[in-house]
Amino acid sequence: MSKVRVLVGTRKGAFVLTSDGKREKWDVSGPHFAGWEMYHLKGSPADPNRIYASQTSGWFGQIIQRSDDGGKTWHQPGTPPGEPPAPGPPKAASNKFAYDTSPESGKPLTTHQWYDGTQHPWEFKRVWHLEPSLTDPDTVYAGVEDAAIFRSTDGGENWKESSGLRGHGTGPQWQPGAGGMCLHTIILDPSNSQRMYIAISAAGAFRTDDGGKSWKPINRGLKSQYIPDPNAEVGHCVHHIAMNPKRPGVLFMQKHWDVMRSDNAGDSWQEISGNLPTDFGFVIDVHAHEPETIYVVPIKSDSEHFVPDGKLRVYRSRTGGNEWEALTKGLPQSNCYVNVLRDAMAVDSLDKCGVYFGTSGGQVYASADAGDSWAPIVRDLPGVLSVEVQTLP
Amino acid sequence: MIRIILPPHLRTLAHVGGEVELDVKGEVTQRSVLDTLEASYPMLRGTIRDHVTQQRRPFLRFFACEEDLSHEPPDAPLPDAVVSGAEPFVILGAIAGG
Repeated sequence: MSKVRVLVGTRKGAFVLTSDGKREKWDVSGPHFAGWEMYHLKGSPADPNRIYASQTSGWFGQIIQRSDDGGKTWHQPGTPPGEPPAPGPPKAASNKFAYDTSPESGKPLTTHQWYDGTQHPWEFKRVWHLEPSLTDPDTVYAGVEDAAIFRSTDGGENWKESSGLRGHGTGPQWQPGAGGMCLHTIILDPSNSQRMYIAISAAGAFRTDDGGKSWKPINRGLKSQYIPDPNAEVGHCVHHIAMNPKRPGVLFMQKHWDVMRSDNAGDSWQEISGNLPTDFGFVIDVHAHEPETIYVVPIKSDSEHFVPDGKLRVYRSRTGGNEWEALTKGLPQSNCYVNVLRDAMAVDSLDKCGVYFGTSGGQVYASADAGDSWAPIVRDLPGVLSVEVQTLP
Repeated sequence: MIRIILPPHLRTLAHVGGEVELDVKGEVTQRSVLDTLEASYPMLRGTIRDHVTQQRRPFLRFFACEEDLSHEPPDAPLPDAVVSGAEPFVILGAIAGG
């Protein structure tokens, strides 16, 4: 019977939630890395026992952790699991994210816009998102703050920046959102190994068609009133992008305000907010089997980061946008003031499709019927930063 | 031997329980102590000093002999009591909040 494994990153550690295909009874393991901010955990599609995790701290910086046994044990890549390292020179630099400034491949470490409009140098802070390769367990991409994309081809032991993105030339117009200037979304195209999408707050969405050597902004159709030119090529605060792997050219976006879709791989976007009560939000995801069924969690506004009217409602569109229905069964409908962050929603690939999300209040909710009804897996974790799901045989 | 006290999170990362003892070659300075520490415990590279700039991470402080050495030059000799092992070199997470 199939199983699901839900990987939860929180502000104070990571948790692994497992269930059989019924998704009714859950085992909870954790906290792993107690006390640390766990920005993201994600399993390799090529080897589900291989899981990468971003462990971070304002005090101690960035640590990459890896599990090779489905989250039971963890180690820093390059360090033997569970053993103190042998004395001697370091064999790896799994937590070293150095921007590429080499004359051959890199670009000079330029500046970006700071909150006050002045220019500010690029400074590495943390890894927001880890995206394992679709085919090779040892290849994994990292989206970092200050915004850049790194790649490891040795299981996370060493990292190299794909500097063509940061060197695109528009960097001086990129600026941090409230959470920092982060590259938070990485989507790999299963039909084209050379194509990848990324998104940055606040620069916008970018696409590569040559495996990461060069990138182009794909923001035509986005309108943002908080930048001098609302239709600018870059500067948009894209919160998240989702894609159904079976239809790679169709993308759905939750922007700071506005829910958008693109039917041409991001070349142009149109708004699909329709009848949503508010089109501010962070998460967006697509049903595993119905590529026109999408999910968002509307948030009241950019100054009030909680659900509107004290009601936690997931909104589902079965028409690819514009027409939305509120999903409330099993979710609190009074006195609820949580937020759902950008990487904190995921779907499994069982039939019926399971949908999962975590809140700033520490609840992780699951729906085993594509959103019709919900139940909490856990209610009292630290604030949830990310949720990913693995569907296991 | 040079004695080093790490913050709890870094002890967990380095798989050590209490103090770390290191044989530091040459002059005993912040830099030589941290270089030796990182060579022995490579998972700590980047957690105390920035990987690229080698600057002390802003929320960490260095204490020894009841003195704050955080702003001393990295190549300045450490106190004799640290060199002799009578006193530990303390790496401490700064306390923030109220």
